[in-house]
Amino acid sequence: MKLDPKIPSGPLAEKWDSHKFNMKLVNPANKRKYKAIVVGSGLAGGSAAATLAELGYQVSCFCYQDSPRRAHSIAAQGGINAAKNYQNDGDSVYRLFYDTIKGGDFRSREANTYRLAQVSTNIIDQCVAQGVPFAREYGGLLANRSFGGAQVSRTFYARGQTGQQLLLGAYSALTRQIGIGAVKMFPRTEMLDLVVVDGRARGIVVRDMISGEISSHAADAVILATGGYGNVFYLSTNATGCNVTATYRAHKKGAFFANPCYTQIHPTCIPQSGDYQSKLTLMSESLRNDGRIWVPKKKGDDRPPHQIPEDERDYYLERKYPSFGNLAPRDISSRSAKEACDDGRGVGPTKVGVYLDFSDAINRLGKDVIADRYGNLFDMYERITGENPYETPMRIYPASHYTMGGLWVDYNLESTVPGLFVLGEANFSDHGANRLGASALMQGLADGYFVIPYTIGNFYARSGNSDVTTDHPEFKKAEAEVTERTKKFLSIGGKRTPDSFHRELGKIMWEYCGMARNEAGLKKALEQIPKLREDFWSDLKILGSGEELNQMLEQAGRVADFLEFAEMMCYDALDRDESCGAHFREEHQTKEGEAKRNDDNYAYVAAWEHTGVGSKPNLHKEPLVFENVEFATRSYK
Amino acid sequence: MNLTLHVWRQKNANDKGKMETYQAKDISDHMSFLEMLDVVNEQLADKDIDPIAFDHDCREGICGMCSLVVNGTPHGPERGTTVCQLHMRHFKDGDTIYIEPWRARAFPVQRDLIVDRSAFDRIMAAGGFVSVNTGGTPDANALPIPKKDADTAMDAAACIGCGACVAACKNASAMLFVSAKVSQFAYLPQGQAERKARVSNMLAQMQKEGFGNCTNFYECEAACPKEISVKFIAKMNREFMRAKVLKD
Repeated sequence: MKLDPKIPSGPLAEKWDSHKFNMKLVNPANKRKYKAIVVGSGLAGGSAAATLAELGYQVSCFCYQDSPRRAHSIAAQGGINAAKNYQNDGDSVYRLFYDTIKGGDFRSREANTYRLAQVSTNIIDQCVAQGVPFAREYGGLLANRSFGGAQVSRTFYARGQTGQQLLLGAYSALTRQIGIGAVKMFPRTEMLDLVVVDGRARGIVVRDMISGEISSHAADAVILATGGYGNVFYLSTNATGCNVTATYRAHKKGAFFANPCYTQIHPTCIPQSGDYQSKLTLMSESLRNDGRIWVPKKKGDDRPPHQIPEDERDYYLERKYPSFGNLAPRDISSRSAKEACDDGRGVGPTKVGVYLDFSDAINRLGKDVIADRYGNLFDMYERITGENPYETPMRIYPASHYTMGGLWVDYNLESTVPGLFVLGEANFSDHGANRLGASALMQGLADGYFVIPYTIGNFYARSGNSDVTTDHPEFKKAEAEVTERTKKFLSIGGKRTPDSFHRELGKIMWEYCGMARNEAGLKKALEQIPKLREDFWSDLKILGSGEELNQMLEQAGRVADFLEFAEMMCYDALDRDESCGAHFREEHQTKEGEAKRNDDNYAYVAAWEHTGVGSKPNLHKEPLVFENVEFATRSYK
Repeated sequence: MNLTLHVWRQKNANDKGKMETYQAKDISDHMSFLEMLDVVNEQLADKDIDPIAFDHDCREGICGMCSLVVNGTPHGPERGTTVCQLHMRHFKDGDTIYIEPWRARAFPVQRDLIVDRSAFDRIMAAGGFVSVNTGGTPDANALPIPKKDADTAMDAAACIGCGACVAACKNASAMLFVSAKVSQFAYLPQGQAERKARVSNMLAQMQKEGFGNCTNFYECEAACPKEISVKFIAKMNREFMRAKVLKD
C-alpha cells in the first residue's frame, strides 16, 4: 500500500485555500442525513462535535469521564500560540510555521504545519467570542507572553489554566448542541473496538461503564480524538484514565500508526517521591520565563540551596545555550537535566531533580508580580511537596508529557481506513519529532474547529451515506469479540492486579525507551515486553463481574492494549537509527551531546501496519518533502 | 503511618449501602489521599475484597472528577484543595478517617464513592454558553475588555464543576456552581446578548434537577477547591432580579 498524504498542489500559502475551494460540499438540507461518531471530548473532539452539529450533521459523542468537561486538555496550563502578531514583534504565519517545523526537527509535514499556523489566528477569535477569559492588559487588549522555544510573544493564556478555559469554551459550545438535541452525548462510555465494513469505518463498539452493557453505534464516519499514549510509561503527566485503546484498536483494524517513538518528555515536572506514586505533576513551562535552572557545580553537594554561593552554582542552560538560556526547547532542557543528575549533581532527597529558582525574578519584579503570574502554580507546588517556592527553589525533573506520534493521517486528517478521521494528539501530523510549548491546544482546536468541518464534508459528498446499521454481521462479530475478551479477563484468576503490570511495563519503557535510547536497550525491552504480556494473560486478577461498574476491568483492558502497543513503540525507536527532536538515540549525538539527525536516510514518516500480536509490524514510509524550508541543524546556543 | 478507614460501600444505585471498616497500613506522608486509597485497594484485592470505587482522573486538581467527603468535609480538611491534591502529611499515625460520597438527591450514588453529576451538564445545557457558531467571529482584539472585568470573569470561570459546593450545602444547593457560570458571562461583553435568558434558564433547570436554594451559610465557599466566592451568588441574584424586572 502506498501512503498518499494528499497534499494539495500549489504554493504553500495557497494550499489550504485552494483545497477548501476544490473540496465538495454537502447541501445544507442534506447534512442531517449524515452521521458522525466522535470519540473523545477534549479540545479536538469537543470542538469537532460542536462544530459538526452546528453545521447540521447528526453527531454522537463519547467520553470515558462522567462529563465531557473533564477531558485531559483541561490540565494544560501555559497557553495557546497564535500568529496574531499583536505585539508587533515580528511574528507571522510563516514564522509560526517555521518555528514549528524547526522545533519538530524537520520531521513533520510542511503543508499540515503551515495550515496549523494559518488557522491559529481564527482560534483566538473563536475562543474570545465564546467568552474565554484570556489575560488582558490594562487597556483591555489581549496579553501575550513568550513561551518555550519562541523568540516572539505569541502565546495567549488564562492565568495558569489556559487548557481549562479553552476546554470549557469548547464544552459550552458542545453542551449547547447537546441541549438542542443536535449532539447525543455518551459520558462514562468507553470505545472498545472500531467496526470496519467493506474497507470503510462504519462505527464503534462501546461499553457502558456503569451497567457494563456492550453496544454498537453506526455512522457514516468515525472521528477519533482520544489523546496520546503517554501513560505507556505508567508515570506521566497524563490523567490516570488516558489510554491508547481507541487508537490501538483502530490500528488493529487497519489504521497505520505513525512515529510512535516520538514521545515528549516535559522538563518541568515535580520529581517522583516514592513507589506508590500514581502520576507526575507538571509545572507549566511558562515558569521558565522567570525561573532560572541550576544545580550545584560540585558533585554530591548536600547543602541546602540558599547556602550554595552564586559562583558554586551551575546555571547549565544559560551556560550551554546563551541565546535561549532557560527557554531552550523541551527535549534539550530535559536531557540537560538528566545529564546533570547522571553526573551526580542532582538535588533533593532522591537526587533526581534540579532547581528552578525564582529569587532573582522576585528581587527584580517583586513578589506580587510573580504571584500574579504563577500564583496558582506555586500553590500547587506547595500542596504537593510541602515546600514554599517563594522561599526555597522548586525542584523539577522531566516526565512523559505528550506524544507526537499517533495514527497516520493524510492532509484531510483521514487515516488509512477510509471514513476514519483522527484529530488532536491522537494523530501524528503537525509536530514532527518534538512539539513546541503552547502548540498542543492550538492543534486540537485547529483540527476540531477549522479542519475536520471542511474535510469531512468532502468525504461525505464523495462517498455518500449508506444503510449499514448495527445489525450488520461485522458489528455482531466485533461485539462478540469484545464480550469474549471481557470474559477472558475475568476467567484468568491469577494473583496480580492490572496496576502492578502497568507499573512494570512503565519501568521497562522509561528505562529503555524513555529520554534516551540505544540499540541494546531497545532489544532488551523487546524481549521483556512479550514476557510481561504472557504473565499478564496468565496471572491477572480481576474481581467482580463485567455487568457492573468495575474499575479493575476497565484498567485491565487498557493495560492489555498498552502491552501490545509498547512493542511497536520500541520497534519504531529501534528502526529510527538517528536522533531527532525528542527521539534521542545515544549512538547518534554530536560532541556536545546534541541530537544528530540523518536526513539522507530518515526524513520519512514511519507508518506501521499491524501484522498480528507479537509479530513485528510492517513499516511503510512516507517521505517528507521540504519544498519551502531547508534542513538546518537546530542550534539554540 | 497506619490509619483506620470507614468507607461507604454500595454495590450500585439500588443497593442500600453501608459503612465498612478497613485498616490502611504503611502509608507515607508524601502520598496523596488518592494514592493512599490505591494502596488500600491493592491490599483489599489481595484479600479478594472488591476495591473501593472512586472517581479520579487528572490527579492535579483541575478536572473536577475526584469527589470524596473526608471526615464530613468535601475534599477534606485543606482549604482550596481537591482531594487528589490533599497529601497524607495532613494526617497522623493512628487517625480514623471517614470517607463518603457527595450526598445530595440530585447526585445519586452509582457505586461506593462514585456519584452521578450529569445534572450539572444539564444545567449547563440550559444556558451556560454564548450562542456563537464556529467561524465568522470578529477579531479577538476588536472589543477591549477592562482588565478588572476580565479578571473577575476569570475568578468565576475557575470553577471545575466538581460539585463540592452541593455536597457541603445543607440544602444541596447548586447556587455557587450556577452563579460562577452566570457571573463569568455577565462580566464579559460577549455574554450580554443572552444575559437575561441565561440566568433564568439555568436557575429553572437547577430547581428541576432537585437542588435546593441558598440560605447564606457559605459552606459552599469554604468547601470549594477553587475558592469561588459567594459574592457570585449575590451577583447571580442581582442578575435574576434584573432579568425579572427589566422589560425586553
